[in-house]
Amino acid sequence: MISFQPTEEQELARDALHEFAEQAIRPIARECDETSQVPESFLEATWQLGLVSTAIPEAHGGGGEARSPVTNAIVAEELAWGDAALAVAALAPAAFANAVLDQGTAAQRQELLPLFCGERFHAASLAWIEPGPVFEPLLPRTLAEPKGHGFVISGAKSFVPFGDRASHFLVVCRNNGGHDAFIVPRDAAGLTISETEKHLGLRALPTATLDLERVELPAAARLGGEAGCDVRRLLNHSRAALAAVMTGLSRAVIEYAIPYAKDREAFDQAIAQKQGIAFKLAEMHIETEAMRWLTWKAASQLEQSRDALRSSHHARAYAADQCMWVADEGVQVLGGHGFIREHPVEMWYRNARTLGVLEGTLAL
Amino acid sequence: MIDFSLTEKDQQLLDQVRAEALVCRKYARYYDENEGEFIPDVFPEADDFPSVYAHLAGRTENDTSMPVISMLLSAGQTWGDYSVRLRRAKGGLGNAALRASGTPEQYEKWKGLTLAMAITEPGCGSDPSKVQTTAALDGNEWVINGEKIFVTTGCKAEGVVVWATTDRSAGRAGIKSFLIEKGTPGFVVARKEKKLGIRADDTAAYVFKDCRIPRANLLGGDESISKQSSGGFKGVLKTFNMTRPAVAAGGLGMAQAALDFTRDQLREAGIAIEYGGRVHGQSAAVAKFLELEALVEAAELTILRAAWLSGESKSNNLEASVCKAKTGTVVRQVTQGCIDLLGPMGVSREHLLEKWFRDVRITDIYEGTGEIQRMITARELLGYTRAELS
Repeated sequence: MISFQPTEEQELARDALHEFAEQAIRPIARECDETSQVPESFLEATWQLGLVSTAIPEAHGGGGEARSPVTNAIVAEELAWGDAALAVAALAPAAFANAVLDQGTAAQRQELLPLFCGERFHAASLAWIEPGPVFEPLLPRTLAEPKGHGFVISGAKSFVPFGDRASHFLVVCRNNGGHDAFIVPRDAAGLTISETEKHLGLRALPTATLDLERVELPAAARLGGEAGCDVRRLLNHSRAALAAVMTGLSRAVIEYAIPYAKDREAFDQAIAQKQGIAFKLAEMHIETEAMRWLTWKAASQLEQSRDALRSSHHARAYAADQCMWVADEGVQVLGGHGFIREHPVEMWYRNARTLGVLEGTLAL
Repeated sequence: MIDFSLTEKDQQLLDQVRAEALVCRKYARYYDENEGEFIPDVFPEADDFPSVYAHLAGRTENDTSMPVISMLLSAGQTWGDYSVRLRRAKGGLGNAALRASGTPEQYEKWKGLTLAMAITEPGCGSDPSKVQTTAALDGNEWVINGEKIFVTTGCKAEGVVVWATTDRSAGRAGIKSFLIEKGTPGFVVARKEKKLGIRADDTAAYVFKDCRIPRANLLGGDESISKQSSGGFKGVLKTFNMTRPAVAAGGLGMAQAALDFTRDQLREAGIAIEYGGRVHGQSAAVAKFLELEALVEAAELTILRAAWLSGESKSNNLEASVCKAKTGTVVRQVTQGCIDLLGPMGVSREHLLEKWFRDVRITDIYEGTGEIQRMITARELLGYTRAELS
């Protein structure tokens, strides 16, 4: 039954996260970008929100609630409205934990999920993106080969969130013509972690490159055990998550551009009263709405375990294009001021471009 | 709960509509090429299909709400053809205006007639406050003078609701709506318009020359004259508010038809659509197709959103314009893009794609152009009045 009605819980989560974004994210976003740092205090504050632990079964120490990609999409939009870099930082551990929750064996869940149910922030992340010009999420060049009862992994991963501190990485590889994901502990022999990478956008998010030089892993490190895992499903969750983040960023741009355009005068009139600007703002709103509904549709199909390949593809691809466009026009509405780092729109412009190419960092 | 799935009942209904639409599609080319002919009220195949309205009975609150499913039904019908229906429903836009603005007595008197709506004039379209057709009171009669164009169902309608000004200097407040029955002396159907698309649709031009109608034909009755803002004006704008998503849905169905046709043709040519997201090594045709498909999805969701709000009795003035603006643009992009993908085959009149390309173009024009929809959207977003942004 087609409905756009969030549950009462989802409405509460949205309101609470919006307040958090307003009070705990917006005030620090610019400084985090300038210093390329994410404060410990911020990560601890997000941890208290239970973004990761809520959906972990009580048996493993979590909140025991059903994992809801729709709720997660709503939450991600609000966090990203605050700041995309800090939103990705807050949500990155959940991508790892949710993959284990969704597709891990009982033993993997038993071992790993309790890590996310403690009092303190715990970092673990997806390692999917690869360096170089031709990264394709479903054609990774990182290779897993059987050796004895286990596997040997060779390749390189980049843009790995919390490379500086994550206890585990979920490394997506090619294996025997198909795909697999392997749980690689930080101290695995053959794993070299680079210094923190430097990027155009999402600067506050610490990311690293992993070099995997014949990393030997036991069979039990393969996500899902002997059955392996559904990497496509993981990709669908990742795409929908990015779409949610890009929706939040787009909304931030519009909400900033509107009061500016109403205040700024040119030729004796607020620029918002001119069709050239007013229509731009209307289009920005229209596209942000479209992004959100595409995201919700994908998230809802994921939640109902329907085939979300198409919807999550469209959600991400559409949001990537339109979020870039909205951020671009946001800079344009502010004119010269849009280019100055006193206003956030130049940061959003950089973040939008970065998010558009980040498949494989997040998951709903 | 946020949900985009269809219930079994929803699905059956839409399957039914699609099956019927396919039959209608057989007649699409004929009535496009024979613009002078009117579509019959009932086709022989109508007997094979129970009325859609019969299927609408028995829906529960667990099924998709009526406004939302109606949008999918509209899109399903135009997916077959914009104009051809196995049985033609009675009534026109004027009937909605009569319902919204007429007195109970007026409604009872004329509800049985098919009523067209005449607003647009040769010199006034998007800004209906500039209506030049006049209505002058002469004793117990109104005398109507002026020209009206683009009157939907204008030839076949049995009567028409006409916007005319009782006082040109009063602007919007001077505009009232009048019901004029066919056959009234001085009321002439000047021509059936010849169009780019939706050629099978009956679009007329009217001339009123000293056309006298009873005083009681003023919709809303005499008391509507003293009202500061016209009952006719507000009433009809309210009607438009409900119909923007419906008009968008009609356009959407044709864009979906174009997309489905293109997908099938590409597949036959050995070009399969994949959603793996391979950027490198993906053909330009596949990339373009995926873009078009996403546009259609996006437009559809904005329509469903606007309709859903109305089903929840929530205000949807903003969303109605959002979906109309978005869909108006999308259907143009999609049908143009599909022709691009299929090349010369796309413009051949052996196929319906070129017809969808023509038919769909009206979507961004009628019921308020895309520019008007952006204006409304911007005003709502910015909190501006008409005076602050126009």
